[in-house]
Amino acid sequence: MRSSLLKDLLFRMKRVRGVELAIEAEYPNDEMKTPVHLCIGQEAVPVGVCAGLRRDDYVLSNHRGHGHYLAKGGDLKAMVAELYCRETGCSRAHGGSMHLIDTAAGLLGSSAIVGGGIPLAVGAALASQRLGQKRVAVTFFGDAGAEEGAFFESLNCARLWKLPVVFVCENNLYSVCSHIDARQHTREVFRRARAFDIPAARADGTDVLDVLRKASAAISRARRGRGPSLLECRAYRWRGHIGPGDPGAELYRKPGERARWLKRCPIRLLERRLLAAGALSARELREMEARAAGEIAEAFRYARASPLPGPETLGRHLFFAEPAA
Amino acid sequence: MPWTKVLVEKSAPDFDDPAGRGTRQLSYGEAIREALDQALARDPRVYVMGQGVDDPSGTFGSTLDLHRKHGRRRVFDTPLSENALTGMAVGSALAGMRPVYVHNRPDFLLMAMDQIANHAAKWSYMFGGRSHVPLVIRTVTGRGWGSAAQHSQALQGLFLHVPGLKIAMPATAYDAKGLLLCAIADGNPVLFLEHRWLYKHQSHVPEEPYRIPFGKALVRRAGGHVTIVAVSQMVIAALAAADELSRAGISAEVIDPRTLCPLDTAAILGSLRKTGRLVVCDTGWKTGGVTAELAALAAEKGFAFLKRPVRRVACPDVPTPAGCTLEEAFYPGPADIVAAVKEVMA
Repeated sequence: MRSSLLKDLLFRMKRVRGVELAIEAEYPNDEMKTPVHLCIGQEAVPVGVCAGLRRDDYVLSNHRGHGHYLAKGGDLKAMVAELYCRETGCSRAHGGSMHLIDTAAGLLGSSAIVGGGIPLAVGAALASQRLGQKRVAVTFFGDAGAEEGAFFESLNCARLWKLPVVFVCENNLYSVCSHIDARQHTREVFRRARAFDIPAARADGTDVLDVLRKASAAISRARRGRGPSLLECRAYRWRGHIGPGDPGAELYRKPGERARWLKRCPIRLLERRLLAAGALSARELREMEARAAGEIAEAFRYARASPLPGPETLGRHLFFAEPAA
Repeated sequence: MPWTKVLVEKSAPDFDDPAGRGTRQLSYGEAIREALDQALARDPRVYVMGQGVDDPSGTFGSTLDLHRKHGRRRVFDTPLSENALTGMAVGSALAGMRPVYVHNRPDFLLMAMDQIANHAAKWSYMFGGRSHVPLVIRTVTGRGWGSAAQHSQALQGLFLHVPGLKIAMPATAYDAKGLLLCAIADGNPVLFLEHRWLYKHQSHVPEEPYRIPFGKALVRRAGGHVTIVAVSQMVIAALAAADELSRAGISAEVIDPRTLCPLDTAAILGSLRKTGRLVVCDTGWKTGGVTAELAALAAEKGFAFLKRPVRRVACPDVPTPAGCTLEEAFYPGPADIVAAVKEVMA
């Protein structure tokens, strides 16, 4: 892979991590009055998958969606403003952290109902196919999303109609505090696709290049009209289900599990590779980090300076009003 | 856009009196089929899907042979996956299409409640109007012949409770066509709730496409003593009741809201102001349903006009029984409306 692409992937992951850390740091100030689900530790999945997509391709996200939104090219300022409940937020303070949208970037929305976004992506893929657009739709969901009926129904429909959709399961082993072993007979979500005659692969969700390679194969297959694929990415949620930190971690995590996963930081992994290969200098690394930090600081400034919506906007946007003919 | 040239109904037609409006008669099912046919021809974004839409009966005739005319990419059969398919319809709407998802019975919508109530209904509001869902879900309420508890539910009250859903309930063939074309042209999720017993009814239906705007009630029959508000198949029962009442010297005004959301509250309150007496009728259950909402409207905004307490005519709060004698006892009809009117006239 070209070194410019590799550096871009590294920058994108650092930017997602930086945003999440900034949210975590600011959260105790109680200005972001919205439940936040941080994706720290899982950055390689959205960044790797979205690096294989075009801007006009579709993504349907879930409650842990900051990474999906940013990786697909969603506007950072509008996202932070949404977390700060501002009028300038991407959903005009109607959605909050769990409902991010940037239709110009192909991010069609984010559902906080586990598995709820999966059939929506199948529908976006249907539209692309029936309108002859060659766009690909991707849905991100967790290991618990793969327990919902909507998942199985969607696989069947997508295969039946050979739709250009890629099902991306981010298997981080936990649903809130429930370990996958308490919820599923097998941890291998990707194997379920076989029953539907859908090609599937498992990627190392801490290795952005592995994710990109396998996602690109699935995306290309979809774009060529050869139907859906399922990609399971194994990564680990470094923080708790919700909010900053991980209160009670010792009560629900398996002993030693977190320490093992912390050694597999997706950002450090790529960074070390690039530095070792001489593809990235220490100066470039510092510049990259400064650039991400600058964008993030600017977004937080913008959000705080934006107006809060007044109560008179409460009833707006329930229905779309057709412009008068 | 394909819909800007579709005639929007301005005046209130009287389906009982086709004089001056031509004599072309269609059944309720044929009118729905014609609306779908015209929408498919007019707008390449429209598609029709549902279990059996291409089968020999064509959803009671309402989708008959449309797949032959418009192709199976636009009119197609589906798996029995109501929730995912509703989500798929929503997703395709987000990506520029105008789906019409057809169900034989509203009972099956309960399988899709997550996608209807959590997704379709909320998408516009939840994203601050950055996106919206032009979606029509059609379904036909069953009645009789032992259809029983899971094939006969009238669930409009349940859906009326969820903000973000529009609900149309046509009582005539003329309304079925015009309301369906309006629903397909609308940018929002619309539940289009039909009734199996109305399929045999015929009325005048113009051949050209026309839209009946949502939120415009119709005075089906003018009267001065009592206001009867009825939806869907209860409109027919109310008109029969009004006939009988007129023989007893009682002049009933029958109002058909045609859409429950938006609801033409002005028409209902205007009639109540005139008559001072109100009977509200629905095909669904009584508690927490459409008649409860209509009675609350009168209590909140029309209390000063009421000469007598509001009376409700609706199904009793039990599941639909199968046996014919129990069915007979379960469903309200013209006699119940007559009795309710006589109570408020006393």
